[in-house]
Amino acid sequence: MEWKVLKHSMKLATLAIGFSGALYAQETNDPFRGPALDALEGKWVAYLPISAGFDLAQAWGGVVKEEAERYGMKFTIQDPNWSTDAMAQGMTSLIAEGPDVIVTQNPDTQSLARLMVQANRAGIAVVQMNMQGAVQTDAFVGPDYIAMGRQLANMAIEKCGGETDTSHKVSIVQGVITGGVSYFQVQGIMEVLSERDDIEIVSSQAADWDASKARAITETVLQQHPDLCAILDMWDGQAIGTGAAVKQAGLADTVSVITSGGGAASTCDLIRDDTFDVVVNYDAPGMGRDAWTAIMIAMQNGGGGKMKTQVFSPTYVMSKDNVESASCWDPEQYAARLR
Amino acid sequence: MSIKRWLGNLSQEKIVLLITVTLFVTFSVSLNGFIGANNILALLRNVAVLGILGLGMLIVVLGRGIDLSMVAIMAISVAWTIQLVGEGTPLGLALAMGYGFALAMSCISGTLVAYAEIPAIFATLAMGTFVYGFGRAHLITGTDVVYLPASFGWASQIGQGQLWGIPIPIILAVCLAFVVFLFLRFSKHGWNTYNIGDNTPAARVTGIPVRPTMVMQYMMSGTAAYLAGLITATAVQSMNTRIVNSNMIYDVILIVVLGGVSLSGGRGNVRNVIVGTLLIGVLVNGMTIMDIQYTIQNVIKSLILLLAIISDSIINPRDEQTGQQGDI
Repeated sequence: MEWKVLKHSMKLATLAIGFSGALYAQETNDPFRGPALDALEGKWVAYLPISAGFDLAQAWGGVVKEEAERYGMKFTIQDPNWSTDAMAQGMTSLIAEGPDVIVTQNPDTQSLARLMVQANRAGIAVVQMNMQGAVQTDAFVGPDYIAMGRQLANMAIEKCGGETDTSHKVSIVQGVITGGVSYFQVQGIMEVLSERDDIEIVSSQAADWDASKARAITETVLQQHPDLCAILDMWDGQAIGTGAAVKQAGLADTVSVITSGGGAASTCDLIRDDTFDVVVNYDAPGMGRDAWTAIMIAMQNGGGGKMKTQVFSPTYVMSKDNVESASCWDPEQYAARLR
Repeated sequence: MSIKRWLGNLSQEKIVLLITVTLFVTFSVSLNGFIGANNILALLRNVAVLGILGLGMLIVVLGRGIDLSMVAIMAISVAWTIQLVGEGTPLGLALAMGYGFALAMSCISGTLVAYAEIPAIFATLAMGTFVYGFGRAHLITGTDVVYLPASFGWASQIGQGQLWGIPIPIILAVCLAFVVFLFLRFSKHGWNTYNIGDNTPAARVTGIPVRPTMVMQYMMSGTAAYLAGLITATAVQSMNTRIVNSNMIYDVILIVVLGGVSLSGGRGNVRNVIVGTLLIGVLVNGMTIMDIQYTIQNVIKSLILLLAIISDSIINPRDEQTGQQGDI
């Protein structure tokens, strides 16, 4: 009897040990986690946006920094403060210092192109944010701006097209003409609108990403065309001036202000107070996540331009109808992470 | 009067006024909707900020100086004011603190020029960089665009409001022009400004308090910068500190020089600034209506500046005195 009990309990014990052993084996023997972590651990991510002082760059950097540090990577940031020269110098010295990843943002298509090729040759992975340069590197992360331009144009057609009871007049406020964000959006817009006879583009001026200039241009255009139907502006930070001119002319109900941006809380407020009607939101923290994904892919596949990927970030259309459910992030939170 | 003598009597101010009137008439005839009262108000409104900055610059230039830190002082002091209000500081106190900052910074500029005798162009260039750097590092630590909070209250009318159908920025610019006119024409310090600009050593010998007057000139330009900043910020519900990197300061110098104010000091008055401002206003408004590309607009604007500078050096030629004192 006692022997039987002993035998049973020994069986149970063996079973228990075997069971826990199996569990243990499953946990330690995940064959993929270890190498992935090793590929990240101790690596160096250098962040070089065109400026660290604006909401988009803060959101991207904040997200990437938090994730990089979670996996034991070193994160550094340089702030060229909108100076292309300082940025090229920063890039050159980074190539000499040899980080494992450079996350950068082209001020235009050419300035950094050769340096990015050099970095890739030196075995450094290069992730380009938002503004595509003339060369392809490990990853480009950003919305597809040409498609976004087409989307903006189609919204304008929907509001002001031939079948609507409007003046069919549309005006365009560009940013810096040579900057990729403005250039490609305008290209997409023109592809669609140049084929439409029913839409009249009454003005297409550049405001240099400056809200005051956008305001002055729009005020003048509205004097000429008070029956204007819609204005397409290439960035919400500039469109705040466009919207202010429309509002102060008392035309907020009839003139649609259509723009695009990273979806910060300030943008949500401007939708709520009728400064903007529609914003195509490319969700900057989401782009930060895409950048982090690109870094992980590059690091686990050897980096240095071995795999080249276009990562088009998701966008969604934001208006008064859905602004309350949008994320409306606070740039200060991400800026604090970067400090 | 023969044509030759008539031409000889043309000052730069008259030339610019002539160009302005010609453009105005041409645009009125050829451009639809240019002459409408609302468009004229929009035109004036859009150059009001530039005009106010120009008035501040005028006072400094008359005293043989130049203030390249104006745009930096304008952006940072006003952005800080807005941020303070956003953080819960009472509006009046925040406005006073922002203005105090602008005054303190321009006082340092003035002291560097007047007492340390650093050439104005270097002192104010460095101060502009310092103000921007200090502001971005210690005052405005979030994004470089600061958005106007709802608690900005009545002060948001400075850029958006109207009085008797006229936008308040225009009224403010006209009032400031009148005040500066009175200051330069009828006050002792105004006269001293001309005298210092004309011949600093002589002014000192005759007992004019040269150094304090120079500091005061810079503080007046700081005041103009703060006022211009408040209008800019409240008109677009945000202050973009990035304008420090733009070429706005050159636009300010453009309207001052264009109107016929001599960069070697002592020559010029409020009328010159008004004429220069109007020319830029008419030109930009007309070009926007014609939908001329921005880069070409810049080319046209800079060609006109070159023309103005060339005619300045022909009409106010370098004489022995300027040669000895040197330009700024």
